[in-house]
Amino acid sequence: MEQKTKVSAEDGKQEIIITREFDLPLELLFKAYEEPELFEQWMGTKVLKMENKKHGSYAFETSYNGNVMFRANGTIHEFVLNQKITRTFEMENTPFPVQLEFLEFEKLTDDTSKLTMHIVFRSAEFRNQLMQMPFAQGLNMAHDRLQEIVNKLT
Amino acid sequence: MNLRRDVFQAIADPTRRAILMLVATQSMTAGAIASNFDTARPTVSKHLQILTECELLKQEQNGREVHYHLNAKKIKEVADFIEPFRQMWDDRFNKLEAVMKNYKSEK
Repeated sequence: MEQKTKVSAEDGKQEIIITREFDLPLELLFKAYEEPELFEQWMGTKVLKMENKKHGSYAFETSYNGNVMFRANGTIHEFVLNQKITRTFEMENTPFPVQLEFLEFEKLTDDTSKLTMHIVFRSAEFRNQLMQMPFAQGLNMAHDRLQEIVNKLT
Repeated sequence: MNLRRDVFQAIADPTRRAILMLVATQSMTAGAIASNFDTARPTVSKHLQILTECELLKQEQNGREVHYHLNAKKIKEVADFIEPFRQMWDDRFNKLEAVMKNYKSEK
């Protein structure tokens, strides 16, 4: 079966392109990015600020067990309803520099739509580091569980 | 079935990771592998079966004995860091789709 979400990351380039086709009309797909309450639901986060306009800004934070684990913010450069969002994205309290994101929303049929996310990083190294995060987290979790078992045995 | 996802599920288990580490240095029989764990022998066999099915381990007939060794090609594929990143976005977008379908039906 063909994958619905595709990631293209060429070697040595400082960009990623993520594409996804949705079983949703274009307007609904865009709304998921536009409405803070909906964005919160699918991203599992809390929106602190969301000004969807040119030179507006946004911020959100994700908590786990009452502690804030992750905060991110950015500035919106372009906001064209049902067409595109151009914004910066910065993770707070991390060594990662700000990244530039171009989101393009397209109608495929009356009931389907497509999102193209083009992310530009400060360097190819930072891009690779960011992409490795989910992989590293998976390994760390596995390692932690292994450590727990070892601790129980000794 | 998404085979590559299965590979990641396979290595998410600590015992299976320990088996891979063990076999990384030398090929071993199921009995020799099991002797390194307190877990019951059938449990270890089950882990070996899963690791073999997703091609992280390969079986090799040595006379009457079956030795297990790492499948380097598959391990390299797992080390391909793009896949977990892609899955993270795929999960997010699946959630988006579900949230919006729900939103639409509520209206």
